[in-house]
Amino acid sequence: MFTYVVRRTLAAIPLLLLISIILFVILNNAPGGPLAPYLQNPHITPADIVRLKHNLGLDKPIWFRYFVWLGTMLHGDFGYSTSNSEPVLQAILERLPATLELMGVAFVVSLGIGLAAGIFSAVRPYSFADYFITTLAFFGQSMPVFWFALMLQLLFSVHGIPLPGGYEIVLPSAGISTTDTFNLGDRIEHLIMPVIVLSLLNLALYSRFMRSSLLEVTKTDYMRTAAAKGLSGAAILFKHGLKNALIPVVTIVAVSFPSVLGGAIVTETIFAWPGAGRMFYSALLQSDIALMMGYLLILAFAVVFANLLADVLYAWLDPRVKYD
Amino acid sequence: MAAIIPSAQPFEEEDTTVYSKVTFWTRLRRHKLAVAGIVVLALIALCAILAPLLAPFDPNAIDNVHWQGTPLPPCFQDAVLCGGHPLGTDAVGRDLLSRLLFGARISLQIGIFTVLFEVIIGVIVGSLAGYYGGWVDWVMMRITDVFLSIPLLPLLLVLTAIVAASSNKAALSFWVIVLIIGALSWPTVARLVRASFLVLREREFAEAAKAVGNSDLRIIFRHLLPNAVAPIVVQATLDVANIIVLESTLSYLGFGIQPPTASWGNMLSDAQANLQIAWWAAVFPGLCILFTVLSINYIGDGLRDALDPNMK
Repeated sequence: MFTYVVRRTLAAIPLLLLISIILFVILNNAPGGPLAPYLQNPHITPADIVRLKHNLGLDKPIWFRYFVWLGTMLHGDFGYSTSNSEPVLQAILERLPATLELMGVAFVVSLGIGLAAGIFSAVRPYSFADYFITTLAFFGQSMPVFWFALMLQLLFSVHGIPLPGGYEIVLPSAGISTTDTFNLGDRIEHLIMPVIVLSLLNLALYSRFMRSSLLEVTKTDYMRTAAAKGLSGAAILFKHGLKNALIPVVTIVAVSFPSVLGGAIVTETIFAWPGAGRMFYSALLQSDIALMMGYLLILAFAVVFANLLADVLYAWLDPRVKYD
Repeated sequence: MAAIIPSAQPFEEEDTTVYSKVTFWTRLRRHKLAVAGIVVLALIALCAILAPLLAPFDPNAIDNVHWQGTPLPPCFQDAVLCGGHPLGTDAVGRDLLSRLLFGARISLQIGIFTVLFEVIIGVIVGSLAGYYGGWVDWVMMRITDVFLSIPLLPLLLVLTAIVAASSNKAALSFWVIVLIIGALSWPTVARLVRASFLVLREREFAEAAKAVGNSDLRIIFRHLLPNAVAPIVVQATLDVANIIVLESTLSYLGFGIQPPTASWGNMLSDAQANLQIAWWAAVFPGLCILFTVLSINYIGDGLRDALDPNMK
């Protein structure tokens, strides 16, 4: 097991290097390149551009610049963010907790509800409830994240949902808190809508995947054996069925990770959530290339790491996988 | 294929193809939601094609007669105030229905052209990797690994933001968007084609085609590719839906199709600021995206069942 983990980790290093090379080449060769923000500035003359290029070392060959960049990055220097007036890494780290909080809660919610719905569907396949859940899942997968967010804001922030007894559900449409000091109730109110929006994408995916995974397991011989032994339906389902059907879920969680990272940018922007995703969006608007590059690279690294973790977890959970 | 390898029983071969065509259509028809999806999508496509005839107003014209600075409501909400705009106007007084109709053209075209581009690259990369194997396969799969590891939306945003910054957004034209999205979304198709080719190249007809002296290119495109079409068609259909959502997200965030050209995404971008006074400007473009994408997803699901019930 230990050697397996080490081998997989070592195998990820060339991939990470390749990612950094390809990102570097793409971003440096995009029209305008790293100096794009200056090209439209009327106060900057073509001679200034040439000088900037020389001073920043942009007139050196691209492979040379890549190695210089890689060297500084390995020392933890991701460059200077012009839109935040601080180092890129520091800017990202400051806003990471808010992002992790949102993503973490959304992950727990989507996994919990998604798996429960999938199990429910699989236990009663082709029933009304199954069709209902499957249809909802299709809607969830087809709905643009940002539009769903707008609709929630329209319902819960602009209009409010009237309850019997003169009460009304009204949720804050933006920000992380209304009070200066931390207040759990207030924080939860602010979390509800962003979490619903961010969970929606994967809720659909997890429930559909859980359903097919459990249906697949139900057909196996060991499930028939368990039934033949005279075990009750619930014991068969939970002790034998679910335990095996849950293993592939690890993979789908890892696979869905990149889309969550993209969804977090949109969600944080719409709900003015003070996280790294929203900062990334304002960096885009202000052409802060160092921050864009740094954030993108960190996201890609997170994806590689998530995949690695999923592979290791899978091997650990499923003894049938040989890792030699 | 029959022209190159004379079949021992040509008629029986003919029969099987006819049979599979029949089952394809009966299976597709049995998937009621896919049929509904085809009908809805056909209607939307018709609206897009006939947009100049159906639109009651010029999609980019501001109604200076009725518009007083606030968006006009739909006629079913207020028949007097709406000023003849069936679904009202947007924040700057342009007819919403007309913009929706013209926006359909943008969304559908982006979906179709981007997928065409993506499939061409994906098929070339995937078939070369799957057919030749060895180092060709290794190099190409490492490149797809990289693209699958970088989250697509952030990467697209960064690229479009750089293009936008270098030109004050003037360079973000329809074709540039198609090119950028297509150039980054091919790896899934490539993986799929490669997986089919790894199996197909070992089959007897592939060996036979090689033994007869066909060139590699001819074997790839005339013999193997036609047998790998089913999963590509399903993936391409689902990708049309994905790319429509992706484009609308980019346009919503301001890095997609640029105004005044109407796209369902950029119509929503100022909807949030006017949510209090103009619910219609936020609701209708989103419903258009939802129903288009939903029908395409159901068609994709139906195609998957119809083409190969064992496919996952």
